[in-house]
Amino acid sequence: MIEYRSIAKTYDDGPAAVGDFSLTIPSRTTTVLVGSSGCGKTTLLRMVNRMVDPTSGQVLIDDVDVATREPVALRRSIGYVMQQAGLLPHRKVVDNVATPLRLAGVHKKEARERALVALERVGLEADLARKYPGQLSGGQQQRVGVARGLVADPNILLMDEPFGAVDPIVRADLQQQMLELQQELGKTILFVTHDIEEAFLLGDQVVILRKGGVVAQVGTPAEILASPADDFVSSFVGLDRGHRKLRIKEVDGQQVVVDEQGRPTGVLAP
Amino acid sequence: MTWVRANQDRLVDLTWQHLWLSVLPVVLGFLLALPVGWYASRFRGFRAPALSFGGVLYSIPSLPLLVIIPSIIGTSFLDPINVAITLTIYALALLVRTVADAFGQVPAEVLDSASASGYSRWQRAFTVELPLAGPAMLAGIRVASVSTVSLVTIGALVGVSNLGSLFTEGFQRYFNTEIIVGMVLVVALALVLDACWVLLGRVLLPWARGKVV
Repeated sequence: MIEYRSIAKTYDDGPAAVGDFSLTIPSRTTTVLVGSSGCGKTTLLRMVNRMVDPTSGQVLIDDVDVATREPVALRRSIGYVMQQAGLLPHRKVVDNVATPLRLAGVHKKEARERALVALERVGLEADLARKYPGQLSGGQQQRVGVARGLVADPNILLMDEPFGAVDPIVRADLQQQMLELQQELGKTILFVTHDIEEAFLLGDQVVILRKGGVVAQVGTPAEILASPADDFVSSFVGLDRGHRKLRIKEVDGQQVVVDEQGRPTGVLAP
Repeated sequence: MTWVRANQDRLVDLTWQHLWLSVLPVVLGFLLALPVGWYASRFRGFRAPALSFGGVLYSIPSLPLLVIIPSIIGTSFLDPINVAITLTIYALALLVRTVADAFGQVPAEVLDSASASGYSRWQRAFTVELPLAGPAMLAGIRVASVSTVSLVTIGALVGVSNLGSLFTEGFQRYFNTEIIVGMVLVVALALVLDACWVLLGRVLLPWARGKVV
């Protein structure tokens, strides 16, 4: 369990990036922080592994304040997947994935073997392991990033817009794979995105943020769609744009689901 | 050609002398520039003074330096060490900026990702920043290497023998062959050394193939 208690963050040269933020992230579930740029979502994510320290307030992992943990050791215990993958260009793919293990003191041979298993798990063929990251496509690099995040089997996985830089088809693929992996592994995942569709697809709990880290609404995707807290949330999740207001239309004896403009989006299963 | 054959042993000696007087300063200058340049790239306040200091060092004329150094460190005027030290100073001056820029162009997101994976400060500096700055530093070393090979010839003016001695002798004796042979050997040495640096880059930085200039 990750717990934010009255977190505030002010940078030297600006207004508060985060005002007064509190949230509980249950273990073994996916929580998605979603909001436009400037809402402080990445700042909040990076507080968990102390890449950013809050100006005031506490972040607790299983009731231990992370401020009492040594940052380097803390980071080694938490998986981190970032946008653009952040792979080391001078290390082969297999060594990139093995990095967290090597840092934890695992012997080279064993680390590589486990890295190959992690690569296979994210659907990458073994012959890619010997290449350098620059020789891979964007989607492949992102998979390598996920493999690196998972290789040391951390309880917590932080994901900062990991699929933001790949094309829609690859992104959908990566999202599906992540759902499958989470089903199997049951990690505590904190995921940051600006894409509400992605948030609803992946999140057990979705946190919609306004500017300055102000929580607009917390809930399951269904709860948020059923009863949006205010106009900001309605508009953010797209309830005002018609494609979420669905109706049923009878066509040839089938129940076809259509949106506000009457465009069909699917059929109702019998 | 007959002159070359007659003086073969001496030419080989001079070439070897020239070689170590060229390589040693570049290597030493680089090793000194490495921490200074790294520090300059990471701490902004230190960058401007470090780079200006490099500029000042480079602007010192070499002949006075060759005369002053023996009186400071107590070597004889003819000691090749004086030339090595002078050229080390120039190599350092050239390379501080290169090294600072090389570390400066390491992508920020890679450093961020390394820290987030749990690299400690020193681990990151040696196993991430240093290799990633490698290609740009190698390019700078190649420039310093070529320039040092030609600067070594100045040593001949103060009596430290190297391929430059062929120039001074050739001028004194109005003997063009000697000057031309000297020039050819200096250029050849510079090219051979350059090829060695490229080869070293291929071995040490295999991931950068195609990126190294």
